[in-house]
Amino acid sequence: MATKIGVPVEPAAKPVTLSKEEILRYSRHLIMPEVGMDGQLKIKQAKVLCVGTGGLGAPLGLYLAAAGVGRLGLVDFDVVDSTNLQRQVLFGNSDVGKPKILAAANRLHDLNPDIRIDTFETELTSANALEIFKDYDIIVDGTDNFPTRYLVNDACVLLGKPNVYGSIFRFDGQITVFGYPGGPCYRCLYPEPPPPGLVPSCAEGGVLGVLPGIVGTIQAAETLKLILGKGDPLVGRLLLFDALGMKFRELKLRKNPDCPVCGEHPTVTELIDYVQFCGIRGEEAPSMATNVPEITPKNLKTRLDRGDDLYILDVREPHEYQICNLKGHLIPLGELTRRVNELDSSREIVAHCRSGKRSADAVEFLQKAGFKKIWNLKGGILAWSDEVDPSVPKY
Amino acid sequence: MAVKVMIPTPLRAYADKKDSVEVKAATVAEALAALTGQFGDLKKHLFSDDGKLRSFVNVYVNDEDIRYLQKDQTAVREGDTISIVPSIAGGARN
Repeated sequence: MATKIGVPVEPAAKPVTLSKEEILRYSRHLIMPEVGMDGQLKIKQAKVLCVGTGGLGAPLGLYLAAAGVGRLGLVDFDVVDSTNLQRQVLFGNSDVGKPKILAAANRLHDLNPDIRIDTFETELTSANALEIFKDYDIIVDGTDNFPTRYLVNDACVLLGKPNVYGSIFRFDGQITVFGYPGGPCYRCLYPEPPPPGLVPSCAEGGVLGVLPGIVGTIQAAETLKLILGKGDPLVGRLLLFDALGMKFRELKLRKNPDCPVCGEHPTVTELIDYVQFCGIRGEEAPSMATNVPEITPKNLKTRLDRGDDLYILDVREPHEYQICNLKGHLIPLGELTRRVNELDSSREIVAHCRSGKRSADAVEFLQKAGFKKIWNLKGGILAWSDEVDPSVPKY
Repeated sequence: MAVKVMIPTPLRAYADKKDSVEVKAATVAEALAALTGQFGDLKKHLFSDDGKLRSFVNVYVNDEDIRYLQKDQTAVREGDTISIVPSIAGGARN
């Protein structure tokens, strides 16, 4: 798609220049004709908002700050925990327990003290998104959940701002630029999110630590290209990255004339309730099967201790079983349909997984298959570790 | 006509962990029917109860979205690649 690129950057009140120190710092940019003094001044005047300072936000923040983006906004309300360090390279051991936004701002300020860093330690919501976005030229979506992704998209479309999009799962990445004038938006690609529980979440899937590094740096490259107005932006193209096959593929993305937010007759003309739109009632209930019979870890322990004949069914994957297990019979959820004959419906069965979501689906399936004496271990092996046996590692 | 169907990572658990499957089909609908015939568990992830392709799953023939071709009646030719591209959100644990 031949698109004239570049975002309008407001002229500064007084002429922007580079100091002698900045000229030295950015010399590898300045000696390239595609950037040069004009380009570096554009970068200096640019205002970019990174939504999320996690796996994608880390390389984004680092490279945009290093490149000299004059004003960098960061939105996050999370706290650094030790499971973040496998991929969120903005943070170190000493940051565990600190607000991400604080640790990120400190690191980026150290990397480049000349730039302005705005911090928004808040959850992005329909009430604050437009207000936060309005001062920025480009929004970069480094979030990790569907409600926020639809919110970022709609706010960008309503404000006419480009949305540099990246998302990841296991070894796969998707990258594109939405919300560019004349180009498609996220809803053109996916009008609706998947219902909770239908597509495996990253909790079950995991993510290769370096993957957000690759996807986030591609987002950073697209952001700098938009600022400079150089090259072919990822507008109207969805870049798919497969780290296992080490392949990039490109699919055509079209603007949908019937799109509810950017189409010819939009029905979404203001921000909506995205949590409701995505069908998630709080973070605790993302499973489709919510009304299955449950047993608490403590009750299970009591019953096992007194010698009740309980059959433990573990519906996780074999590699998870290796991390820790309750000596249950392993049938991964995806194989349950064809291996159901391994189970004896006359015995009492307790199904479990890591957190209780997959096993709830398993219990629902087995109930439909005629199993009567079946329970879901509430909270999964994580709750077992918390409430019964702390020697079982959590993951 | 032999066509290759690319299975995305989130759905491989329901397709014997395969990343692609070769099927014989003349249209996208036939290819997806052959695929779900082979892997029954995939069906509910691709289609809603009324048999429509789910709106968070896009299907491409080579690099073109079938919504802008003839939808599931889009013809496929020998050697074409059908890609199933579901929406993914990110790296969170929730």
